[in-house]
Amino acid sequence: MKRGNGFLTAGLLLTCVLTALILVGFFWTPYDPNAMAVGGKFDGPSLAHWMGTDNFGRDIFSRVLKGTGTTVSIALVTLAIGAVCGCLVGALTGYFGGPADGLLMRLNDALTAFPSILLALVVISILEPGKKANVILALGLVFIPSFARVTRTAFAGLRDVNFIKSARLMGAGSVRILAVHMLPNMLSVLLPALTIGFNNAVLAEASMSFLGIGVTPPDASLGYMLSEAQGMLFAAPWYALGTGLVIVLLVFSVGLLGEGLRRRDKGVL
Amino acid sequence: MSGELVLSLKHVFSGYTDGGGLLGKKERQEVLQDVTFDVFHGEILGLVGESGTGKSTLARTILGMVRPERGEVVHYTKRPQMVFQDPYSALNPFYSVEWNLEEPLRACGKYDRAERKRLVREMLARVELTEDYLAAKPAELSGGQCQRVSIGAALIQQPKFLIADEPVSALDVTIQAQLLDMLRTLRRELDLSYLFISHDLNVVYQLCDRVLVMKRGRIIEQGTVDEIFHCPKEEYTKQLLAAAE
Repeated sequence: MKRGNGFLTAGLLLTCVLTALILVGFFWTPYDPNAMAVGGKFDGPSLAHWMGTDNFGRDIFSRVLKGTGTTVSIALVTLAIGAVCGCLVGALTGYFGGPADGLLMRLNDALTAFPSILLALVVISILEPGKKANVILALGLVFIPSFARVTRTAFAGLRDVNFIKSARLMGAGSVRILAVHMLPNMLSVLLPALTIGFNNAVLAEASMSFLGIGVTPPDASLGYMLSEAQGMLFAAPWYALGTGLVIVLLVFSVGLLGEGLRRRDKGVL
Repeated sequence: MSGELVLSLKHVFSGYTDGGGLLGKKERQEVLQDVTFDVFHGEILGLVGESGTGKSTLARTILGMVRPERGEVVHYTKRPQMVFQDPYSALNPFYSVEWNLEEPLRACGKYDRAERKRLVREMLARVELTEDYLAAKPAELSGGQCQRVSIGAALIQQPKFLIADEPVSALDVTIQAQLLDMLRTLRRELDLSYLFISHDLNVVYQLCDRVLVMKRGRIIEQGTVDEIFHCPKEEYTKQLLAAAE
């Protein structure tokens, strides 16, 4: 980083603050997020209840804190599944080529033709809706094609570069070439893809829970809370506002981080 | 020259395959036509010819990156190594000079950590760089320094035969002269033989012992530097020489 990179600094700062809040939320919240009548019914935001209370008198800030943790952990595991499997497919097709390349990439094209939410809907209805593990699995599967595409291009681009040819001549094995020689040189495309993927995963989880096929009570997730909030939009507008704002903030800060990384990295690709 | 063989090619026909994939039709491009020559122990064999005549395909065929269609490639030493024209592309840009030099040793798994460190420093001195460069990334080096490192990386597994594909063409003339000197010294000290590919006849004249002249995938003339440069037999060789003056 030679010049100041405002995107990266701002993104890092915001992400760190959010991460800290989420980590705190795992162990401690101002009130028990599921305890009823810790305040009055539909109390507005106050010093005691920063985001007010809902129809059961639950503290919304505590619920948001807990729910963000749920949403983010689902998004991270989803992302890990998508990225690792996508990378493997990308390596297989981009580096080795051959018939597997043609076959897998056409399959990939076919999957990309469907909106990812729709695909996740199909997968989740085949599995069993309402389970956290199934939500993760469905979203993870849906995220594989985009990562496969991005990494395939990068692996294929590096395959015939001289330092990779040299590595083969030196007798380095394929796994070593892919993981040690190639992967670090792909960070400039991989990191932005990861941040964008994370945001998509957050939004996808929120959408699915909002539609009622994602995380179900008693687990609080941002999407589920948003769908709750919809029913009391006029009685407690702060519920929807607080929850929505956190989603926006989350996506915004990671987006900044991704843009910052993209601007910083000028790798061989 | 002891007359001991390092490499010999016998009637090699080779090329590469274009296209392919799931639906694409494969097209075979024939490049090398009936190529026969020997490389002897300790010599620097020059390979000249216009671009597009198959010099690089010949190098790739020798290294086994391309399988010959017909004919035989016989190696009398262990795995040869290669130096490329663009010095920056030959080193992994993500890692330091030290990593790039050490990686071939790590890949073959025959050396422990201390031994690797020692060999890396020894090689760094051989390619005439100080230890200040160990931590540098390739992008921070000049073209000449970078080429020194990639020659070092190619030699660190102690091969006996090195293929150099236009190794000094991307460098300016003073740096060229220094590198050619270094290549000569390395040959003597490490007991090496080179196949030196170049389109620059002046460089070939300075460095090589024998020369192969290649045209459209065929070796049309071969001989000692004196023979080729002072009494060429083929019209094409005369044209090349005239163009180089």
